[in-house]
Amino acid sequence: MTDSQILLLALLGAVLGLDVVSFPQAMLSRPIVAATLSGALLGDATGGLLAGAALELVALETLPVGASRYPEWGSASVVGGAIVGYYPDRAGALSVALLAAIAVGWIGGWTMVELRTLNARWAKRLRPAIDSGERSAVVGLQLTGLATDFVRGFLLTWVALLAFRPLGRAVLGVWGADARVSRAVAVTVAASVGAAAVWKLFRVTEHARWFLVGGLALGLAAMALR
Amino acid sequence: MTTGASSAALEARSISLPVHLQLEMAFRLLMIQSAWNYELLLGNGLGFCIEPALRLLPGGPGGTAYRQALARECQYFNAHPYLAAVAVGSLARAELEMIPPAKIERFRTALCGPLGSVGDRLVWAGWLPFCSLLALAVYGLGAGPATVLLLFLGLYNVGHLGLRAWGLSVGWRHGMRVAPALATPILRQGPAHLARAAALVAGIALPLALGRIIGPGQRLLGVVVVIVALMGALATRLPAWLQGWRLSVGVLAIWIIYSIAQHTVAR
Repeated sequence: MTDSQILLLALLGAVLGLDVVSFPQAMLSRPIVAATLSGALLGDATGGLLAGAALELVALETLPVGASRYPEWGSASVVGGAIVGYYPDRAGALSVALLAAIAVGWIGGWTMVELRTLNARWAKRLRPAIDSGERSAVVGLQLTGLATDFVRGFLLTWVALLAFRPLGRAVLGVWGADARVSRAVAVTVAASVGAAAVWKLFRVTEHARWFLVGGLALGLAAMALR
Repeated sequence: MTTGASSAALEARSISLPVHLQLEMAFRLLMIQSAWNYELLLGNGLGFCIEPALRLLPGGPGGTAYRQALARECQYFNAHPYLAAVAVGSLARAELEMIPPAKIERFRTALCGPLGSVGDRLVWAGWLPFCSLLALAVYGLGAGPATVLLLFLGLYNVGHLGLRAWGLSVGWRHGMRVAPALATPILRQGPAHLARAAALVAGIALPLALGRIIGPGQRLLGVVVVIVALMGALATRLPAWLQGWRLSVGVLAIWIIYSIAQHTVAR
């Protein structure tokens, strides 16, 4: 990955990190979108989609509810998609991409909490102006939050890619496991998290578990026929 | 009997919001959470979105009525970001109808709970997982990147933007009498219907997506499906603090170390 590719990916990470909460929450930051776009930037959209689909299974567990702390999937998925996109033929690329993306998402969640604390500090400082109805204070606080979130996403993606460029190269250079088994292990981890999330999410709804069982029968039948 | 407030409300029926202000408010709604913080939560964002309408108050922008209303609307507020559009529309109308401040504040407080919980169930626990799982199912069926992205983003945002537009419109139309409009079947029964649909799609999507990611070979796939079922069942029993995604970092790290060790042994 060249420096200019990392810079471009960091810009993508900034835009998609912004989408998580600040603007426009159109779910461009979901892993299935973000990792695909990241892979596409490196010339391998299909590889990015592969990483995105696996990460999407993990992301089903974390709903972006208000004040709760959850992984920041936008910037994280850019990192995951970039690893698979850059090393499309390497056996362990998906495993490394998943680990990197989940770790970056975890750190990203922490940076979002810090940003909210920072926003609160600015809001406190501007409180007298806001309480007297000053337009510039209200608009200023909003735009400062937006700009800071953009910078947060950029720095997070940039630092993560700089760290994972040598790490990814080193790990994938000494990868010993078979390619299909490697993929299978990575997706087993992701799908287990996803399956548990689906169960926890829908089991409380009346009859939903029967819909799940019915869907599973259809899915397994379709899988067997393919 | 006609109170002062309701007669003011009757007079205000003729209030109209110019299209450019409606569009500005709709655009600002997309960044309602950009200054989300632990001090005011969504409060400043709410005031930021209502501000264009407040320019129509007597005295114009900067006038006493404008400043008092803006200050009022920037206080602590919490709601789902999409359904906050209902609050933006109805509070903008209430301010322009010059409803007494105490009444607006009570109404504003009362809106927080329902707009938060309904939005969370309808969008975060219903529409988002439904669209996400549908995209995974389509991916599992062999669709390419463009198809998957267009389907997911197109479908999700029809609901997302539609909900915001509906919220702003219904809030503005009904003002402080918005409560009956919130009893629409979509908001009351929608989450349960969506959960059932999403459960069905989840069942279809999981094996198909697994199959596509692993690649051809029924035997390995069969083993993976069984392991996923067992590990998934175990993961549902995890304590709340130990979520699956956290645990997966450890499992993947062990797997990577094992794979590196395998390479070293083979040499």
